[in-house]
Amino acid sequence: MARPVNQVNASSTADMAFIILVFFLITSNMDSNSGLQRRLPPMPDKNQKVVDQKVNRRNVLVVRINESDRLFAGGQIIDISMLKDKAKEFLLNPNNDPSLPEKEDKFIEGFGMYPVSKGIISLQNTRGTSYDAYIRVQNELVKAVNEVRNQFALEHFGKSFFALDEAKQEIVRKAIPQNISEAEPKDTGKKY
Amino acid sequence: MIANKKTKTMAPISTSSLPDVVFMLLFFFMITTTIREVTRKVEFKLPEASEAAKLERKDLAAHIYVGTPIRAEQSKYGTDARIQLNDSFKTIDDIRDFIAAERESLSEADKQFMTVCIKADQNVRMGIITDIKQELRRCSALKIMYSARKPESEPSI
Repeated sequence: MARPVNQVNASSTADMAFIILVFFLITSNMDSNSGLQRRLPPMPDKNQKVVDQKVNRRNVLVVRINESDRLFAGGQIIDISMLKDKAKEFLLNPNNDPSLPEKEDKFIEGFGMYPVSKGIISLQNTRGTSYDAYIRVQNELVKAVNEVRNQFALEHFGKSFFALDEAKQEIVRKAIPQNISEAEPKDTGKKY
Repeated sequence: MIANKKTKTMAPISTSSLPDVVFMLLFFFMITTTIREVTRKVEFKLPEASEAAKLERKDLAAHIYVGTPIRAEQSKYGTDARIQLNDSFKTIDDIRDFIAAERESLSEADKQFMTVCIKADQNVRMGIITDIKQELRRCSALKIMYSARKPESEPSI
């Protein structure tokens, strides 16, 4: 007569699983990798002669943060809450104001001709600027670009920018480029 | 009489599903978290940014930590903001080797997509960040990301 097979005692699996669980809780971190992505300009070649890039003055919006985190945009002191609207106005130039950036008709694949703004936002800071203020300003500028893009997407595709598919997002990105340049540091006197 | 007997002998709660529940939890944590690669030696509170976007490829990120040393290290390194690469405090000049090593660890096709993730405390000065940026430009690691966290609640406009 066959003996009944003993059942494996499974009561300790819970304990084992708990131990593994605790191990993972300790060794892992939840922080999601989120942030503002940027592309740095390449270092100028030493042999290359410095060619003064002719950028029309109306095409540049200089945003400067000084060491006490005061914000200057286009030559005047403004509050950070105003920066987004200023940047949006600068990027859109709805009335073709001669003091705001010019537009260039560009052919965008899959869309057609569109007057793309030549505006560049130049962000300058000093060594004493706090990182928090810098990120807040960066954030406002990105927000301005995102809102302009959203507006464009709603107007032409009837959807918000993030709801579009990849190809259409690319079109919007080309029509409204994110031209935020991080200037060469002005005061490189003291090395950290 | 029978009814009385029933109330006396309560069936014990079955714990046979407990392992399943715990395993479920375990899998949840395994999927949602990433293994911490380095022990943090600096403290930092990331700045807030509402427009922060997620990094698509986490495996292509190289991390540079900037902040004040943790309390245990303060006697040795002071409270000034410092750079941490991998597991130890480094200086600006070490970034070059660090970037080269990180590049080397990626496959040929992924090298161009490497993103340098700058995790800096919100109170550090831009001077140190600018130095890092200049050094990264010199190493031509141009894709960077300023790590930031999303604010908990949307500020009213």
